Amino acid sequence: MWDYNDKVMDHFLHPRNVGEVENPDGVAQVGNMSCGDALKLSFKLDKDGRIAEVKFQTFGCASAIASSSALTELVKGMTLEEAEKVTNRDIVAVLGDLPEAKLHCSVMGMEALQAAIANYRGGKNPEGHEYDHEGRIVCKCFNVTDTKIRNIALDNNLHTVEEITDYCKAGGACGSCHGEIQDILDGIWKEKKPETHSSKRAEFMSLPLIQRVLKVQELIDNEIKPMLEQDGGGIELVDMKDNVVYVKLTGHCVACPSAGVTLKRGVEAVLRDCLFPEIVVESV
Amino acid sequence: MSSEKLIYLDNNATTAVAPEVFEAMRPYLCEKYGNPGSIHTFGGSVMAEIETARARIAALIGATRRDIRDKFTEVIFTSCGTESDNTAVFSALRACPKRKKVVISAVEHPAILTLGKELEKRGYPVSYVPVDSKGRLDMERYEEMVDSETAVVSIMWANNETGNIYPIEKCAEIAHRYGALFHTDAVQAVGKIPCNVSDSEIDMLSLSGHKLHAPKGIGVLYVRRGVRFYPAQIGGHQERGRRAGTENVASIIALGKAAELAMKSIQDENTRVKALRDKLEQGICGSIPKAMVLGDPENRLPNTSLIGFEAVEGESILMMMDRLGICASSGSACTTGSLEPSHVLRAMGVPYTVAHGAIRFSLSTYNTEEEINFVIKEMPGIIAWLRKLSPFWKETPVS
Repeated sequence: MWDYNDKVMDHFLHPRNVGEVENPDGVAQVGNMSCGDALKLSFKLDKDGRIAEVKFQTFGCASAIASSSALTELVKGMTLEEAEKVTNRDIVAVLGDLPEAKLHCSVMGMEALQAAIANYRGGKNPEGHEYDHEGRIVCKCFNVTDTKIRNIALDNNLHTVEEITDYCKAGGACGSCHGEIQDILDGIWKEKKPETHSSKRAEFMSLPLIQRVLKVQELIDNEIKPMLEQDGGGIELVDMKDNVVYVKLTGHCVACPSAGVTLKRGVEAVLRDCLFPEIVVESV
Repeated sequence: MSSEKLIYLDNNATTAVAPEVFEAMRPYLCEKYGNPGSIHTFGGSVMAEIETARARIAALIGATRRDIRDKFTEVIFTSCGTESDNTAVFSALRACPKRKKVVISAVEHPAILTLGKELEKRGYPVSYVPVDSKGRLDMERYEEMVDSETAVVSIMWANNETGNIYPIEKCAEIAHRYGALFHTDAVQAVGKIPCNVSDSEIDMLSLSGHKLHAPKGIGVLYVRRGVRFYPAQIGGHQERGRRAGTENVASIIALGKAAELAMKSIQDENTRVKALRDKLEQGICGSIPKAMVLGDPENRLPNTSLIGFEAVEGESILMMMDRLGICASSGSACTTGSLEPSHVLRAMGVPYTVAHGAIRFSLSTYNTEEEINFVIKEMPGIIAWLRKLSPFWKETPVS
């Protein structure tokens, strides 16, 4: 029994934007029948270049359907430049949460969106996504390439084979590629860790607690608050523990359906840019 | 919970404890809590009840041989079907140390299948008997696989997903022709179809209480008299040293009662329940396009129906059914957290278009015609709704 939250169940039982857009500007299908889930996404732009209409058809489990539905709500009204930046984390944020083993459903949403945009821009083959054709196939059971594994690991800060399986299925069947996936992960994080991530983090963490709090508070007051106040929202710093910053959203943010996205793409992104990339923002 | 309507069609997963069974076991959880191994009458008298239960189970599976003290010692109580399966295979391997080969079917329950994979890791050559598209054993290949190097063959009596019944007597004969021991996982068969070990050459058989209206946590391993046996659990003298550990008294009594009830209800299973199952199948396949029964229509358990729905995914179907209080299972990947459809459907070569949308309905004597009618009425709407969402359900669905 999966522990789906009400939001996921709502999107599963009452999916938004089901079907196919007529004469679409961009269309793509990712996944396939043998993998057990597939998503066909089509969209149409308005004269300002914003996504005016977007529809989906999904074969898959409840979370695949919910992720697709959430994706369409999320991107409606976005420009393609904005839509391009949507990640699977944003989809999860709209849904509140997904069981770990179902995170690959949100990745499928992101891939379909990127493939549909690529289709619009380059008239690419709407049946597949560039990830799927780039690189060398590592997981033969689910046809996942090293490029895709690397991208997903970097986008989502994944460090274990198990996490990779949750996000893109690679390694989830026969298991013979676990060693190779581990090698890819070792490659990424060995290169990355010493220079970028940890040094900035270590530098920040070496400050006394009061200074750390002041720095975060300053960023919230000067960078984040003005952004939220435009929409009648607000934010308060509650606590900090290691790399986790606890905040309380106030004003219009409290009842806003996009609060999850705001938290991750607004607040978290600013703090990560200015302080260090492992910062996680949680609302309390 | 109880006020809401519940239609339970998942009896191959587990069954309700029969009210009579619960009444029979209740005193052994309350006032009659003594240890059957005790000298005092309060505890020791419980042993006689255990022996009565043992006799009832022996009667259900035809294990009629008794020892000199008139006890049905071929029946050993364990904690579950999986324990029985594991014990049987490991015992057989120790009984014939010069033979290393193990033969099992490709569609065994994980209790045997995963054990097979583990034995491979430990250096035992394991062969997997393939099945055809209806899930029937390839008897020719089976006979090729068994030879004088084979220590043990383990083939299930009936398959949990398709309900297919296998020619166990014939399989046992072939195993014996080469001097191998024969074990069968009869967890799904006992109580649903007549199973008689005394008519056959079966050496060992596993059964599980919770599949026949006894509680979870009680199983049986039948070991034919004269078959060399090595216990898996070492300790006290319980079960004549064959399975150490204080007896699960209440559950043993419960299983005895359940066995007694099964002797009577097996008739109902094979007439009324079978008719309900057939009605369900015909109702669903008659009203939903591209829905098909998977498995062997000729040799199936009377309560089981595995139906594949094209172009839709099993978890979504089950969740829609769940909203209506209908409980069933799926061979689809997503329900289990694994990413591939069930090994049984893959062994059968069922196309992915159908395998991901396979739903197993398994009935019991407690199901009514009214319930079946409700399911027949509701399924078309669920499938049509999900197909509306599916990119694979078009004017030309894959066939």
